[in-house]
Formats: sequence, C-alpha cells, structure tokens
Amino acid sequence: MISEWLVWSVFLLPVAAFIVISLVVRPLFNRYAVVSGLILIVCLTISFLISVYVLAIVASGVNLVFEAHDWLILGSAKISIGLLVDSVTAIMLVVVTGVSLLVQIYSLGYMKGDPSFCRYYAYMALFTASMIGVVIAVNIVQLYAFWELVGVSSYLLIGFWHERSSAAAAAKKAFIITRIGDVGFLLAIVYLFVQSDSFGAIGLNSLHIPDIWIAAQPLAAGGAALLGGTGLLFLTLGIFAGAAGKSGQFPLHTWLPDAMEGPTPVSALIHAATMVAAGVFLVARLYPVFEQSSDTMLIIAIIGAVTAFVAAALGLVMNDIKRVMAYSTVSQLGYMMAALGLGAFGPAMFHLFTHAFFKALLFLCAGSVNHAAGTFNMQYMGGLRKSMPITYVATIIGALSLVGIIPFAGFWSKDEILMSANVASNLTVISVGTIVFILLLAGVFLTALYSARMIHLTFHGQFRGGGTREISDAESRGVDLGPNVSSHVHLAESPILMVVPLLILSFLTVTVGYISNPQWVKSVFGIPKHWITEFLIESLPAYLNMHSLEFDPLVAVISTVIVLIGLSIGSWVYLGSRYASPNPSEDPISRLGPLYVILSNKYYIDYLYENIIVRKLFYTAIVGISDAFDKYIVDGVFNGLGIASKKLGRALTMLQTGQVQLYTIVAVAGTIILLAIYLASGSWN
Amino acid sequence: MNFNDIYLLSPQISIAGLAILTILVDLVVARKKAVMLIALIGLIVPLGFALSLVYGFDASNDVLGVDSSSILSSSFSLSIFSLYFNFLVLGALAIVVAGSSSYVRDAGLPVGEYFGLLLLSASGMMLLVSAENLITIYIALELTTLPLAALSAIAMNGKSTESGIKFLIVSALSSAVMLYGMAFIYGLSGSITLEGISAGLSSVPLGTDSYQQYGVLLGVILLLVGFGFKLSAAPFHMWVPDVYEGSPTPVVAFLSVASKAVAFALVLRFFYVGLGDLDLNWVLLFAVISAVSMSLGNLLAISQTNIKRLFGYSTIAHAGYILTGVAAMSYVGDSSIGVSSVLFYLVAYASANLTALLAISQIGEFVGSDEIDSYAGLSKQSPFLTVALVISLIALIGVPPTGIFIAKIYVFTAAVDSGLMWLAVVGVINSVVSAYYYVRVIRVMFRSNDNSRNTAKINTGVLVKLAIVVSALVTVWLGTMPSWVMGVAEMAAVSLVNVVN
Repeated sequence: MISEWLVWSVFLLPVAAFIVISLVVRPLFNRYAVVSGLILIVCLTISFLISVYVLAIVASGVNLVFEAHDWLILGSAKISIGLLVDSVTAIMLVVVTGVSLLVQIYSLGYMKGDPSFCRYYAYMALFTASMIGVVIAVNIVQLYAFWELVGVSSYLLIGFWHERSSAAAAAKKAFIITRIGDVGFLLAIVYLFVQSDSFGAIGLNSLHIPDIWIAAQPLAAGGAALLGGTGLLFLTLGIFAGAAGKSGQFPLHTWLPDAMEGPTPVSALIHAATMVAAGVFLVARLYPVFEQSSDTMLIIAIIGAVTAFVAAALGLVMNDIKRVMAYSTVSQLGYMMAALGLGAFGPAMFHLFTHAFFKALLFLCAGSVNHAAGTFNMQYMGGLRKSMPITYVATIIGALSLVGIIPFAGFWSKDEILMSANVASNLTVISVGTIVFILLLAGVFLTALYSARMIHLTFHGQFRGGGTREISDAESRGVDLGPNVSSHVHLAESPILMVVPLLILSFLTVTVGYISNPQWVKSVFGIPKHWITEFLIESLPAYLNMHSLEFDPLVAVISTVIVLIGLSIGSWVYLGSRYASPNPSEDPISRLGPLYVILSNKYYIDYLYENIIVRKLFYTAIVGISDAFDKYIVDGVFNGLGIASKKLGRALTMLQTGQVQLYTIVAVAGTIILLAIYLASGSWN
Repeated sequence: MNFNDIYLLSPQISIAGLAILTILVDLVVARKKAVMLIALIGLIVPLGFALSLVYGFDASNDVLGVDSSSILSSSFSLSIFSLYFNFLVLGALAIVVAGSSSYVRDAGLPVGEYFGLLLLSASGMMLLVSAENLITIYIALELTTLPLAALSAIAMNGKSTESGIKFLIVSALSSAVMLYGMAFIYGLSGSITLEGISAGLSSVPLGTDSYQQYGVLLGVILLLVGFGFKLSAAPFHMWVPDVYEGSPTPVVAFLSVASKAVAFALVLRFFYVGLGDLDLNWVLLFAVISAVSMSLGNLLAISQTNIKRLFGYSTIAHAGYILTGVAAMSYVGDSSIGVSSVLFYLVAYASANLTALLAISQIGEFVGSDEIDSYAGLSKQSPFLTVALVISLIALIGVPPTGIFIAKIYVFTAAVDSGLMWLAVVGVINSVVSAYYYVRVIRVMFRSNDNSRNTAKINTGVLVKLAIVVSALVTVWLGTMPSWVMGVAEMAAVSLVNVVN
C-alpha cells in the first residue's frame, strides 16, 4: 500500500510547475525562459517515476483503494474528490506522463528561440495536469471538471500561435465541437443527479464511478441493477457523445485535422496520447455501464468502424503531412472505439497504449521534417532520406507499426482488435460484427496506402524545393501563406534534443508491443503471456468473465497480406511516377477523379457544418428569427397600436433609438402571456 | 425607535452617511483622488458594523447574536439572509469604487456625485434586503434605482443621457406595475408586512372561482412583471442592452451585479415570506421565464458586435440560469437547495462579471471603442487585462475551475431535485451555445491588430489592478474551494426558509 499523497503528487507536480512558470518564471525571469522547460521536465520526470512505481504496485496485485474526500454536498447529491487507481489508471498514468515527458524534451529543441517559450511550457504543464486529473478522478463531476480543463488548455495550445488567424479559428473550432459532444456528457451527469435518491437508498453515491459500475450490474452478479432500460441507453449514449467529441469520432471528427495548427509537439502530445485518447478512456472507465446496454455498444462499434474507414480514406488525399497524421489518428481512434463496442476491452486499451508511442513518434518525425524543409506540405518535400537518415528510419518504424507489420507495436494491438472483430463477425450472415470487421480490414488497406504515399512523397524521389519554393509559388499566385511556411530550408538532421526522443520512441515502438503482451511463449523477461490485456481486464467486474483471445494466425496472415498489397500499390504508383514538380494535379492520387474531389473536400462535411448548419440554419434562421422577433414582431404590434407612441414619444424624441415604448408593449404582452400560462397550467388548485 | 434599532440598521445608516460625507468632501477638497479614497476606506465602517452584527451568530439554532425580532415596528428585519446580501453589496461596491478610480478621472466624471450616488444606491440595496413591509420595500427600491439612473446619465454625452432616461422610464414603469400589484395584495390581505400578507392571504378562498382568487392572481402576476424588469429577465429584458451600451462601464458593472442580486433577494423574500403560505404553484411561471431568458439572452448575444451590448444579453441569460434556482425552490417542502443555489450563483456571477466589466472599462477608455473588433491585438497591449478578461469569460461560460461552474451544477441540481429535469436540460444546452460568443471575444483579443489603432501598452492603475485581481481570485476560489461560501449560503437560505415555517 502506498500513500495517497504519492499518487496525488503525480498530478500536483505539473500543477506546481504551471504555477511556478506562470507566476514566477514568466513575469520575473523571462530572459531565462529555458528554465521553464527544465522545471516542467524535472517535475514530469518525477511524476513519471512515481507512475511507474504505481503501475508496479498495482501490477503486483495490490488493490489501491483510497477514501474519497467530500467536496460539495448539493441536496441529496454528494460530490467527492478522490483517486481511482486501478489497472486502467495505472497504465494511463505511465502513458500520459511518459509521452508528455518525451514531448517536453523534444520541445526544448523545437521551440528554441520562440518568444513565448515560457507561455508554451505553462500551457503544456496545465494540459498535462488536466489530463492526469481526468485519469485519476473517482467522481464523475471531478472527471468532468478536468475534462473541461483539458478542453480549455488544448484551446490555448492549438491556438498557441494566435497571431495566425487559422490557428485561432482551429482552436475555437476544437473547443466548440468538443463542447457539442459535451452536451451529451453533461446531460448524462444531470441524469445521474436525478438518480441520487435511488442510489442513496442503498448506500451508493450516484456520482461515484465505482458505485455507478455497481448500479449498472445485474443483481445476479452482486450489482444493484438500478440503471437499465431507456435510462441506461440515454445515459450511455450521452457519455459516448462526450467521448466521441473528444476522440474525434465521425461525424464530430472535423476539429481534429484543423487542430494541427498548433506547434507540432503539441499535436504529438494531445493527438497521440492524451486529449483524443481521453474519449476512449472515458468509455473504458465506464465500460461496466456501457456493457449493460447492447444498443449503445452496437452504435459505438459501428461509429468506430465507420470512423476508422472514413478517416483513413481522407488520409489518402492530404498534402500536409500533419493532416495525414491527424486523419490517421482519427482512424486509429475509430479502431479503439470499435473494439470497445465489440466488447474487446483489453485490445482497445492495448491499442491506445501502443498508438500513444508510435503516433507520438510519427508526429515528432513530422516536426523534424518540418524543421529541415520549412513546410509541412509533402508536395514540396521529397528525397529527404539522404539528409535525414535518423528521421527517415524513425518514420519507417512508426509507419510500419501504424499499418501493423509484425513485430512492431501496432501489429500486436491491431491484430487483437481484428481478432475480436473476427470472432464477433459471422461471414455467412450479414451482421453488425461482419460489417465492422470488413470496414476495419478495408481501413487497414487504406492505412497502408496513405502510409506508403506519405513516406514516398516525403523521403523518396527528388527534393521539390521545400518552404522556399512553396512561398515563391504562392507569391506568384498572389497568396500569402503567412508564418506557417518558412523559407529557411536547411536539409540536415535535426538537433540532438529532437533526435533523442525519436530514438527512444522508435525503440519503444519496436519492442513495447510484444514485450508488454507476449503471445507465443509463457513469458518474456518474466512478463507473462497476454500480460497487458489480462492486466487491464482486472479492472472489470469478474462476472463479465473476460479473457484474452489466443493468437490467430489466419487473421494475422489476412491483415498482413492486405497491408503488403496496400504498401506495394502505394510504392509502385509513387516510386514509378517520380514527379519532380510540386503540383498536386501531378500527384497520382488525383487520378481517382470524382472520388478525389469528394475526399479532398473532406466529404463536404465542413461545408455542411459551417455554411449550411452554422451560417444558414443557425445564424440566418434561429438567431435571425429571434432578432426579428425582438425587433419587428413586437415593433409591429406597437405600430399597430400606434396610439401610445405619440403620447410617450414626444418626451422621448431626443432618443436615438426610440425603443423605450417597446418595453411597455413587451411588458403588457409578457403580463398577458404569464397570466395565460398560469391559467392554462392548471396549477390553480 | 430605540438604540437597538439604530444599531441593527447601522450598516445602512453608516453607508448613507458616508455618501453624504463623500459629496461634502468633494466640495472642499481639491484633490479628487482623496474623495475616492474616502469613499473606499470609509466602507470599512459599514463593513465593520455588518461584521459586528454577525458576531455571536448561533448557526445551529439560526439565531443572531443580537435581538433582531423587529426593527422600527416591523419595517425591517435582520437575518443572516439580509446580512449575506449586505456583504455581497459591500464587496461589489468596494471593487467597483476601486475599479472606477481611473475611469472617473479619465472620463472627466464629477467625482463627488459619482461616488456619492454609488454609495446612496448601495444604501438602498442594503435596506431593500432587510425591508419587511410594502412601504419600506418600495422606498428602498426607489433609493436603489434613482441614483443608478442618475449614474447612467452621468457622463452627460448623448448616449449616456439616453440610457439614463431609458433607465428612468423603465424603473418608473416597473415600479408602477409593481405598486399596482402591491395594491391588489394589500387590498386582499389587509396587511402591509410580508408576514401579515402571508397570514391575510391564507384566508382567501382559493379554488372557488371567487373574485378574491383572481385578485390575488393578478396581484402576483403584476408583482412578477415589476420584479422581472429589475431581474432583467425575459420578456422584460429589452431595456438591458440599450442601457448597458450607453452607461459608463463601471456603473454597468455595479448595475449588473449588485442591483440584480438584491432584486433576486426581493423576489425570494416576497415569494417565500409574503406569498409562502399561499397555495399557489408558481414554479411553472418561474421555469418558463428562466428558460426563455437564458435561450433568448444567449441567442441574441451571438450577433452582437458591441461588447457592452453582448454583456447586456449575457446578463439576461445569467438571470435565466439563476431563475432556474428560484423555480426549483418551491417544490421541496423543507429543502433550501433552490435558495442556496441562487445565493451562491449570485456571488459567483458577481465576481466573474465584475472582473470582466472592469477590464472592459479599462480597455474601453484606452481603445476608445466598445466594438469587439477593436479588441484585436489586446494580448500584446495589456497581457494583464487580457488574462483577466479570459478568466472571467471562461468563468461566464461555466468552465472549471471557476465559481460559475460550481454554481451551474448547483442550480441544475436544484432543478433536478425539484423534478424540473427539462429546465436543467435547457440550461445545459444553453451553456454550450453561450460558449460560442464568449470564445469569440477571446479569439479577437489574441488576433493581431491590423488597423492603425493606437498600439501602445495600456497602463492600468494600481487600485484598478487590485480590484480586478481580487475579483478574479474570488472567481477561482469559488471554483476550487466553494464549500465555505456554500455553507454560508445554506445558512442564509435556512434563515429565509425558517421565517416561512
């Protein structure tokens, strides 16, 4: 048993770093801004070590239960603050602090010389702390509070270069769209507030996460079976809406690619290991509740699979290397969600774990490439493998892991997801499981294709001019690219501070999949077979009777063949074309014709949201109507009456907007309406 | 009238005295800063009296340490409930006085009149929350409103004069409607004290289709309409953006925070104490007003281009959220969660809105415009004001760790506890809509300034900075450690509900 404060310190250390950086370093020692980075790195190193220790303790079979502290008592509902440390928490803590630590080290090099260096590390500290807060929360309101803070701090980080209007717009979009999902989450919490009396009757707290698990479990399994039927359906759907917003599930995925406007290390942190994984984590956290609602599980599986496929297709046509990564992230999150929906809890969290490493690696590689080429546009890259051998190899490792080539990390986790989908599917009958399985396999093919395209465009062929050329091209078209593209092209390997995290992550990407979850032998280095999936399942109630699937060579062969076909087609097309001019219309992908047009317009979903829903429906219709109601209807009533104006109006002629008379009319109308409500409501006893 | 009565009213008496002192000092002292300092430091006196009244409070029995049964023949009463509002008004006043020190100087406002009227209005507010009968309620309300109308017009330019006159007309109108309602209530109950009304109305035969029944109903509705104006709730909201736009910004800050708070106190007292025993179910009325206020306020705020108009609509929306708590109070017999949620929300809203409007007053003075577009580049010109405004806007959205996040959970819980699930749902959806326009302001501040506007650094006076820092800290404090204020709010709520039982 370890002290509660030790676990809290994982969270409190980055909080302390945030306070020190923003209140001491930034106002007083801004000249020595690098200190802020070092402070955060030291704090996170300690946090990481404690997290590893906590993981070791939990893995040794110790059940860490801490009493929650009362925070607020609102009527019959009690909001407490406390720690929930189970296997899922322990693994998430290691992932979050570990990836964050590497990203902070990398940022020392990447952000060097940025005038807002201190501010960057302050935001990073705040973000990491909020994410840890989400992971350790025992109370759903506590979790929600940090969930919102993750949203706020990611808003600050995505819009970090706020002088670029695209960055500010992307930050706002991320904030608003994730909040749309949060409506569902909040309503689910409101529903739990409603249930506080019935929970309280049997000594449970409706906001305490372990109590919610018990409430959802059937009586036979020792649960309370308080939640069920439509209530449970809406509760789980609401929570899933929040998770879908944060994890960029279709159709709420549109904010994620735009969020690439933030600095690249930010993308590596929030779009690989943390913020976007928070949605998957949320569903996993309440998995015993979700598991009771088969309808919600079906919806999650389908949305996950559709997201996996749809986003992978978009990854094919992007020219910005970070946007390829972004869609790839959306797609991989789809795999995780689909796995959760199919009941494959262990594989989903295992994939979250491996994905955190290989996707962080790929993002950091993109940053490294940008450091040399001055742009993220792959059309202006090419041939970088000679000047950046380490980045090249690291990217290859990350990409092979992403597509799922044995023995890289991504293979093991994705294989488990595919096996689960295979078990759930039945090829003779068309079922949800079958559709999901086919979509996921199709997604694997597309993943291989876009990965091949990304590598060939970036590293093979000949160099197509980089940022310098892109700027001159844009100038000839009269377009100002703004500060996103730099004319500083310097074809060489990145500085050591950036390379070291790449090496560490590459090493992990190669090894972590098999080491943490050996599948063929009884144990590797003392780690037992199916360690991580079995370990994760320990957090679930025993009656679910979950177990890991045995390795299935057939599924592995099928997916590997699909990957190889995808990679070969990609390589054949792109190595064969060897085009030298940075023109998207020469890109072989444009030969897809109308499909290319649809994809490069992102299925017109952004257009639908921004032009039709927001501008036409929301602004013109809803806001317009309320505006018009305020101005014209009431005004019209007034003009119709006409008489009052002359009497009142004379005294008020000096008023520029003579609306005072309106107040009277509205008051009269309001009085009549209130009377009518009163009489109609039948509340008159 | 005896010494004890004077002692119990000492906060109100001393602040009225301070108002007169401020005006007198202004006549003889040349340094105008001294007038402001007297007004600010002088607040220690009413604050000290209010604290001494709290001293000896027995929380378990809800008994004050002083004999507070009746003041001036049942004209006023003293309870933790009224003291809670006294502290709220005094706190808001202190922040506004300190926060308007440089505004008054830069805008060339008459110093003595400005601070004197602020203090006078505050004395009215503090009387209002203690007023026990219809006459003192009415007088205290006028004492609150008339100085505010004068303050709205104090800049003596076109817009300010216009908004002063509008405010005056609206106040007169709402007072007239309210008086008409009071006349009905008095006629049917035969009493002017709130408790007498409660006793008198209990003899009115309800549900018998008698004329008294409709008389009571009309009286209640007219009162509600009159109060609706003061609360800035829809559909009595239309004056709010117009008046906010034209009035000096620190006045708007005081108006939107203190005046609104005491209006809620009045509604709670009238409907709890005066009409508490009446077998009328007015939950639906408050719920509808609440839902309409927040929806209309938020939707109309979206298309605003002037920050003060935006805050006008924002205040309407927040009146809606607070009314959710008011609507929730009546359902559960002995529970006071609805009342305490309202009390907590008012403090949380006060801290956030004061931070925002004081920052806006500074920006407006410097930039010379209240158009949101002219805020571009602020993050470079004044990181301090930008951070303050960001914190307050985030608080107004209801994002943790700020007071309004807790307050929203509180009122929505109260609504859910009272079976008003639908109202909580409307509230949750509205919170998301509101994010849209608040975030837009944040976004503009961080945009670079591309026009030729003055781009020099903004200097903020020490006192103003202090006022902004204090109110921002209160916002964060309420969001992280809310239990103390929440406990006090619960005590205050209990002291109100106890009067009923």
